[in-house]
Amino acid sequence: MIPLLLYVGFFLLTLGIVKLLTGNMTKTGFIARKTVTFGDESAVVADRRASFFSIFAIFLLWASFTGSVMLPDFLHMPGPFTGTGTFTYTTEAPDGQRDDGEVSVTVLPNAEDKDAIAVDPGEGFAKNDSMAIATYRSSLIRVDENDEVTREGGAKVVAVNGQPLEPGGEVKTDFARIGMSQRGTLNVEPNPGWQMEPIWLPAPEAVFKRFVEIASTGFRNYTLLEHLGSSLFRVVSGFLLGAVIGIPLGYAMGLSNWFRGWFDPIVEFMRPVPPLALIPLVIIWAGIGEGGKIILLFLAALWIMAIAARAGVSGVDIAKVHAAYSLGASKAQIMRYVIVPNSLPEIFTGARVAMGVCWGTVVAAELVAAEKGAGMMIMVASKFQNTDIVLMGIILIGIIGFGIDILMRWCERVLVPWKGRS
Amino acid sequence: MTGLSIDRISMRFELPNGTAVQALKDVSLKIAQGEILTVLGPSGCGKSTLLNIVAGFLAPTSGKITLNDTPVHGPSRERGMVFQKGALFEWMNVRDNVSFGPRMKGQKPKDYAEEVDHLLNVVGLRDFKEKAIYELSGGMQQRVALARCLANHPDVILMDEPLGALDALTREKMQSLVLKLWKETGKTIILITHSVEEALLLGERLLVMAPRPGRIHSEYRLPFADMGVAMDLREVKKHPDFAPKREEILSLIWDMEEEIMGNAEAAV
Repeated sequence: MIPLLLYVGFFLLTLGIVKLLTGNMTKTGFIARKTVTFGDESAVVADRRASFFSIFAIFLLWASFTGSVMLPDFLHMPGPFTGTGTFTYTTEAPDGQRDDGEVSVTVLPNAEDKDAIAVDPGEGFAKNDSMAIATYRSSLIRVDENDEVTREGGAKVVAVNGQPLEPGGEVKTDFARIGMSQRGTLNVEPNPGWQMEPIWLPAPEAVFKRFVEIASTGFRNYTLLEHLGSSLFRVVSGFLLGAVIGIPLGYAMGLSNWFRGWFDPIVEFMRPVPPLALIPLVIIWAGIGEGGKIILLFLAALWIMAIAARAGVSGVDIAKVHAAYSLGASKAQIMRYVIVPNSLPEIFTGARVAMGVCWGTVVAAELVAAEKGAGMMIMVASKFQNTDIVLMGIILIGIIGFGIDILMRWCERVLVPWKGRS
Repeated sequence: MTGLSIDRISMRFELPNGTAVQALKDVSLKIAQGEILTVLGPSGCGKSTLLNIVAGFLAPTSGKITLNDTPVHGPSRERGMVFQKGALFEWMNVRDNVSFGPRMKGQKPKDYAEEVDHLLNVVGLRDFKEKAIYELSGGMQQRVALARCLANHPDVILMDEPLGALDALTREKMQSLVLKLWKETGKTIILITHSVEEALLLGERLLVMAPRPGRIHSEYRLPFADMGVAMDLREVKKHPDFAPKREEILSLIWDMEEEIMGNAEAAV
């Protein structure tokens, strides 16, 4: 909740600052002359300053909530309590006599018993105690164990820091929350602060450090490039196989009644089946090796490419085919010079979709079972609670997926410049 | 005989719901070599169907068509077609569109380069040879379509409302261009249009068709096309015979439209 509020606040703050400094928001050239821009989609252009602040805000929040070294201390959210805190407890003996004892709690990252400081037992029948707790953890303590009158002797703790405490209740002190179990044992829970525990969210520099480490030494017998490369290789080979079979299949379906009728039920049935649902079957049939992955991606790409090619053929303007016939073209020439080029924009749209689906599917398939690959990397890392590797993997998967889409769009611009402009 | 002969063509479309539409009934027509014929009629009179049959895209239910004594079966390069929206190949540049016909015959660039240049010159697109189709305006695209058709040396050029999608000014320029090309090349031209003025200006012969069933209603022989070759089309429109003819044909088509509307209302 707090990060969300901060994020929204940051959004509004940057908007306000930019508006205050520049007065007019990014309207230049022709758009600046438009008097009606609300509701005019063509007048909406991504404000790159907002994009910059957006990325900045994410890293700022991330660093702030992880106590990152990238930020000066005053920008950090309050961290977990560390050091030594004390609280007093009051014990009541069976005869109604009361005495106070002091508990010293040492909170350190990776605390062990030996970190508990030595304390002087003190006066009275309630003796002083000492304990050590790791940050973000809590610990039970039987404060009566070293007292002259123990729980078994009829004593019970009735207050902490002077505030009355009953079984099931709790008392907040300056550094911790102290609860009492039903049987009277105290549970000390030092203040966790607002920062995230590294096991949930490691700091940006920890992720980067891990990236450098894995990039140089590898992960699970393979280098980082081998992991990412094998994922990419599977995607590319599965996609190419799917395209090589799917495109001619789509053409045949677009040009022949028999083909259309024969493959229609198969394609229409397979299209809504998510490729992820095929993973178990593919593993049963082809195992978890390279072959199974490529078969899965082939199946993921096949139907998309077949449908795209079919739509490309069906979408040809009949006047263009007629024109080509009147100009003396043969059937083969119509295919080569009219139908194939006319279907290319559709095929490229399909290819973009197919590449996206394949990339998602390969990661999922590797999550299930693989020897190497981006998905395998994050899956194995998550089992060992290496959240930094998981984050690094997700970021790399995102960057590669984005890169694939940019590449496909570039190919589209170069190879089918007439797309959407006829 | 030379020229195009249309002999008692009928066309009946069976609809999926069991009814049938008589699109054309016993249409007969002879067009001499080098004639320019315009066809006019209300929507649904079957003029596009007739053109598609002549082009060979549709087979008539009965009747036959011969071109220079050869029966017509299917499309071929003797009958070139210019479509309403050009039907250009936008994956090719202007030159490749114009040279499409020669290339399909297997000609090499050196065989057709000169002629393509000449044709682009004639239609006023000399400087647009390397341009992509989508970079051209609608009028320019129609010029490319004309040049592409001419590059193939057809005997007959069929035009299906070729200027229908153009603005008034461009349209007038294109009308002059069509007349100029007709005179220079001596091709037989059949041009379908919605515009009475265009039909009068461009047609040596003007055919008015009537709907239900599609048939030839009346035929006019007009002097304006010959005049238009020599003088400005705006001058032709000022000719004393022009306005009365236009009124005559307009009221003829109005009556047909009224009849269709009346029938439709009666049916409701």
